[in-house]
Parts: sequence; structure tokens; C-alpha cells
Amino acid sequence: MSFEPKIVGFLCNWCSYTGADLAGTARIKYSPNIRSIRVMCSGRIEPTFIMKALYEGADGVLIAGCHPGDCHYQEGNYKALRRYRMLKKVLPDYGIDPGRIRLEWVAASEGEKFANVVDDFTEEIRNLGPLGIKEGLDEMMKDDVIPHHASGGEKGGDDNEA
Amino acid sequence: MSVRIGVYLCHCGANIAGKVDIDAVADFARGLENVTLVKDYKFMCSDPGQALIQKDLENKLVDRVVVASCSPLMHENTFRKTVERGGLNPYLFTMTNIREQCSWVHIDSDRTTEKAKDLVAASVRRAFLLEPLTKKEVPINPRTLVIGGGIAGIQAALDLAEAGKEVVLVEKEPSIGGHMAKFDKTFPTLDCSACILTPRMVSVGQHSNIELMSYAEVEDVGGYVGNFNIRVRKKARYVDSELCNGCGACWSKCPSSRVPRKGNVHEKLSLGPTTSIYMPFMQAVPAIPVIDRDTCLYFKNDSGACGICAKECERGAIKYDMTDEIVEFEVGNIIIAAGFKTFDPAKVKRYGYGRFDNVMTALEFEVMNCASGSTGGNILMADGSEPKSIGIVHCVGSRDSHYNEHCSRVCCMYSLKYAHLIKEKTDAEVYQFYIDMRCFGKGYEEFYDRLLSEDVRFVRGKVAEISKVPVTETEEGKLVVSVEDTLLGTVRRIPLDMVVLSTGLEGSETLPEIAKLCSVSVGKDGFLIEKHPKLGPVSTATDGVFVVGGCQSPKDIPDTVAQASAASSAVLSMITREKIEIEAATSEVDEDKCSGCKLCNTLCPYQAVKFDEEKEVSVVNEALCKGCGTCVAGCPSGAISAKHYEDRQIFAEIEGIFSGGL
Repeated sequence: MSFEPKIVGFLCNWCSYTGADLAGTARIKYSPNIRSIRVMCSGRIEPTFIMKALYEGADGVLIAGCHPGDCHYQEGNYKALRRYRMLKKVLPDYGIDPGRIRLEWVAASEGEKFANVVDDFTEEIRNLGPLGIKEGLDEMMKDDVIPHHASGGEKGGDDNEA
Repeated sequence: MSVRIGVYLCHCGANIAGKVDIDAVADFARGLENVTLVKDYKFMCSDPGQALIQKDLENKLVDRVVVASCSPLMHENTFRKTVERGGLNPYLFTMTNIREQCSWVHIDSDRTTEKAKDLVAASVRRAFLLEPLTKKEVPINPRTLVIGGGIAGIQAALDLAEAGKEVVLVEKEPSIGGHMAKFDKTFPTLDCSACILTPRMVSVGQHSNIELMSYAEVEDVGGYVGNFNIRVRKKARYVDSELCNGCGACWSKCPSSRVPRKGNVHEKLSLGPTTSIYMPFMQAVPAIPVIDRDTCLYFKNDSGACGICAKECERGAIKYDMTDEIVEFEVGNIIIAAGFKTFDPAKVKRYGYGRFDNVMTALEFEVMNCASGSTGGNILMADGSEPKSIGIVHCVGSRDSHYNEHCSRVCCMYSLKYAHLIKEKTDAEVYQFYIDMRCFGKGYEEFYDRLLSEDVRFVRGKVAEISKVPVTETEEGKLVVSVEDTLLGTVRRIPLDMVVLSTGLEGSETLPEIAKLCSVSVGKDGFLIEKHPKLGPVSTATDGVFVVGGCQSPKDIPDTVAQASAASSAVLSMITREKIEIEAATSEVDEDKCSGCKLCNTLCPYQAVKFDEEKEVSVVNEALCKGCGTCVAGCPSGAISAKHYEDRQIFAEIEGIFSGGL
């Protein structure tokens, strides 16, 4: 059996999440490897979210927001773009292929595009193979991100003082 | 006290259960930490489904709720209300989308079930960390902005004004009336368009509750539902509306023309004067002319030569030094009625529009038919003679994957109307070249039946080409329509004097700009996207913004008017509430952690984060904050948190996704 990568998607509520919903209402089929997390704006997506996803076991992370100029919050997607480019530069230092993260603009009307992006990205990640935590990633990350397992830690604990 | 999470799985009939093994997901959910109760039901959004959740909450069986069903964009509000009725803060509920982004889009049942499990686990982790939030109430300004003064905007404005509410109607053209003002007759009743429209236009102009801003454009929209701040640019007309009495002395002497000269009868297909100072048509509201700056000789000559209109005007109403005026005001709701534009047939080169005389667009033909138009309503060829044969080509720019995939819905009917008018006014033979006749409205099929007996020729086939290359004597000097007659199964060449292209409808040029200002999306088809294609046909994803008429989809007049009234009643129901709850998920600054770097102040697109000079920390104004979270992601001190989308909540979701293993 071929390797089935696990991909985390961060979708902005207004364009990309709606676009992904549209793929659903139009019954467009795509690979089931993606698990999406809804945020209000792609500008909310912090590089730590992506690192956290990779740390937890994602083989790839997709970020999707509104097309430039279409952001529901005017310019959050531009901020997302800058953070994405920055992270892309940093990833090789962690021993991670920068191809494991991808930013795409998906409008509320682009259900088909969303499906295509997911299929295409899944294929790319499949070719890259599983992300090796043993590559030293866990060592480097353990001081950066404190996991918040529901069972552990006290509720309301602090996450930003990392 | 420990947290007790209730997981409610929806089958959605077979929509979810047909693909996802609900029992397996339920068993999986039972094994998750802090989950004390798992239930599944055929339709969770139904009354008994909601009652299930409500009862468990009332019996204090759970204190966090996860509903795994359709998209939160569909039913988040429904379940928030359910949870609230059960006595739980609605923000202690979260939704898992296992339909639109799971059961509907994947093929393999096992893998879809695995995905559903992961998503449920993510939501359960998230639910554990949710915090109760309180929604804020803001007052709703009872004033409404209507963008666009076609029949859609007119109807919406009048409905609201009649209900005693103030309306500001902004129209970019010099007069309201839109496309309907250019029509001669309306299908299928053949009512005179002007006779039914102009009284309404006059009512708009005179209504004490309507402030009409014609020749004006919305430049900026700020604020939020109930409290929008609007900035409008009123373009300079160069005519003082207080002094002008619309006598027409100015345009009757104007020496320049704002339409390119063709030197034939079709040159001046216009309802009003084609001079540089002009009234768009005689029933214009307001009845004040405008100077077209681009063609006016006074503005073209730096020396200020010409100035004839100023000399002719007895009341001194011509003001060449007039400048654009910026007006700012507040409204509670916005109705977008920005209308449509017709397809430009010059893009279909093989139809010869723009190359051949007597190949006309539907709108040009419409204007030619108007009694108040330049031909007095007579159907004439470019040389002034009466045509002996006319072809009407359907679906130009519609139902065509090269241009627009959509059906424009009105062309079949107006094409039938033209055939009737041609038969009434001339002795010409009429051909209809159609793909399918779509006569779906009240009285439409009957009208089609009537035309079938009026000696109109119907040719089923898409026209391949309109040329002027004769191969026989009868084709000499004629427009030759080549078409495959799919009923006869043969290719035909039909020589005609005149061809009308039934151009389809597209979103207007200004639509993307207006959509952006109002935070509404434009669909792939070029029209605005409504909240729900069936159950939310006039509202949009942005609260307080409504869409009506041709800017939402191609529509005939009855549907447009119905939609306009629907939007105005939706606005009225908002206004009547007087107050509206707005999103509680805003950003919050932890003053102890804030270093006062002010980075967030510049990141916020709404100026909602301000620096408090005394405390030396940044503070979020919750009324202005829309909860995008850009400042949260940008804060170098981790001092800002996004309520309901806190870092730890998102981290928990990520952990949940991977808790089950793959």
C-alpha cells in the first residue's frame, strides 16, 4: 500500500472554508488526507500553528485564504503571505523540506480549485514521503511548543510564553 | 470540577451515514477523554434532534457540546441557539463538519470514517478548552443604503420608505431607472415599460423618506451591521440642480456629440439627446441634465471656448467650475442592487457585430423600439429603410463555455417579444435561431404559443456565422446567417436584412468594486454570492448586506421586484429589532504582557487597537474589532489572544487530529 500522508489545512472562514464547503455541495471528490481547521482569517495563522501541526505528525500543511484584494478583513491574507514566506525560509534550518507547506488563494466560489489543490498537494507530499520526526525535529521543537493535552495541564494554561 | 463533553453525531439522512460509519465514530468518541455522552440521530437539526441536546443540557448531563454534522456555515447558529435554550453558554459548543468537507467529498468509506473520527477528536479537544463568551448588543441605525437605482433599487427603496424608514439611494448614472427605463414593452404582457416604471421613479424622487443621490458612487464602506459608515462621491454635473428647470435650452444648442458619429440612422440610438450636455432620457429623475466632460468642447479647449449652454441657460444653472462633492453618513443596512451589463457581442467575431451594419445588440434594438427614441419607435435599417427580414440569434454570450456558462433567463422571452413587435410594426419575415426555448414564468409558455401562430419561423440551432459573402443571387447585399437546423438535420444559409443578437446578462463592471467595499464575494459566474442559494436568497455572508436583482443572477422584472421586496422586508425585520447581537469572538490584550510596542496598532485594518498612553499598553475596542486575529498572530509578546480562537484551542485541535493515529 502506498504511503497516505496526513495533511492539516488552515482555512479562512470567508473564502477558503466556504470554497471547501462548495466543493462539498457540488459533490466534487478529492483525496481524504486533509483535516481542516477553520480560522476566521488567514491573518490569524501563526507560524507556530504550522510547526505544531508538523510536530504532531502532519506530513504537509496547507494554508488557504482569500485572493489578494478579497480579504474579508481587508488585508489579513497579505500578513499570511509574509509569514508564510518567512517560514518557508526557516524550514530548511529545521531539516524540513519547505515543499511541505503550501499557501493557496481559494475563493468562496472556487470549490473545484480547492479540490484540485488538495489532490495536487497530497500527491506532492506523497512523493516527499513521511515527515521524519527523528530528523531531529522533536528535539528542536520540544522547547518551543508546549503541547496542551486535554488530560494534562491545567485549563487556562499559558501557551505564549514559549 | 471535571468537564463533561457531549458528542452528537448527525446522520443527515444518508448524506453522512451513507458514507461515514456513524457507529464506529460513536464508539471512537466514547473512548475520548472527557466525553461522557455520545448520541447519534437521523437529523440533528430537526426539532427532536435539537430537543435531544437541549434535554441533556437541562438534565445537567453535559456542560460542553460537540455537534458533528454539516458545515458550521450552515447550522452553527441553529445549534448555538439550541445550546442556549438548554441553559449553556453558546460558545461552549463547537461544530464538526463531517458532511461538506467529509462525507460528500471522499469516495472510500473507511478512510472517510477515519477522517470523521479525527475531526471529532479535534473538536472534543477544542471543546475542553472553550470559554464562555458574552455577545454584545449594538443599536441598529434605522437608515438604509440602497446601491443602484434600477427597478430593484427603486422597489427596495420605496418599500422601506413607505414603511416610514429613511433610505439613501445612490445611483451612478445621472438618472434612476436602470435598464428597465430603456425598454419599450415588457414580456409577456406587453405592458409599456415606461408607463409602469416612471410613476415609481417619480415616487422615489418625491418621497420625503428617500434621499436620492444620482450621478454618485459609493467610495467607502466602514463599520459593521447596524452601524455602517458610508462615503459617497457625488460627481459634478456642472449643472446646478437648484436652479435648473430641465427646459432643454442647453442641449438643443449644444454643438458636440458624446456618441461616435457613424453617419447613419443607427448612430443616435438613444432615448435622450446625444449631445455633450444631455438628459439620459426625457422621463429622467432627477430631471437635471449633465455635461459629459470627455466630449464637451468647453472642457476640451483649455481656453474655455464654446460655453454655448451657459449662454442659452436663462437661469444661469450651468456651472463649469463645479467639483465632485464628498458626502459621509451612517446607515444600519445596505442593499446592493447594482444591476447587470449585457454581453459584448464584439467578442464573438464570427457574428460580425461592429463590422456589419444592421447587426445589432438586443439593447440597441430595444431602444430603437422605444417610441421616445431617435427613430420614434420605428424599426429601421442603418440606411433608413424598413427591413424585409430580421433574424434573432439566441444565447449570444450565454450557455456557451467560451463566454458564460449560465443561462441568462430573459433572452428567450425578450426575443419572442421582439418577434411580436416586428410583426406588429413591419411586414418583415422573422427568424428565431434558438437552442432551447426556455419559457418558465407565469404566462411565458402561453406567449410562446401565441408567437407560434404569428408566422414567426423558429430554427433550432446555434448560429455558426453571420457573413456578407454571397454565394447565390438572393444573398446579394444581405447578411447571411449560417446555421445547422437540428430539426431538419441540415445546414442552412439564410439571407436577412437585419440581425438582432440576443446578448446575455453579466454582472456590471462596478460589481467587483462594490462587492469588495461591502465584503461580499463575486462568484465564478460574475454575480454576487448570496448567503444560501435556496434559503438565504437575499442576505449575504456579511450581516447587514443584502443583494437583489440582476447583480445576484440574471432575472426578469417580476423576480427582481419580488427579491427587492424580500430584501426590504429582511431589512425591516432588522430595524424593528432595534438592537443586534454582534460576534463576541474578538481580540483581547493581556495588559501584564503587553510591552507597548504598538505593532498591533498598525496591523489592525479597523483601527480597533489603540495605545493607551497612560497605561502604556495597547487596548482593543471591542465594538470595532471584527475578530480576524491578525494582531494576535503578529504580537511578539503573545499578549493578545483571540477569543474563541485562542492559540491553545487551535493547538488542541491539531493534537486532536493526530490523537487517533492513522
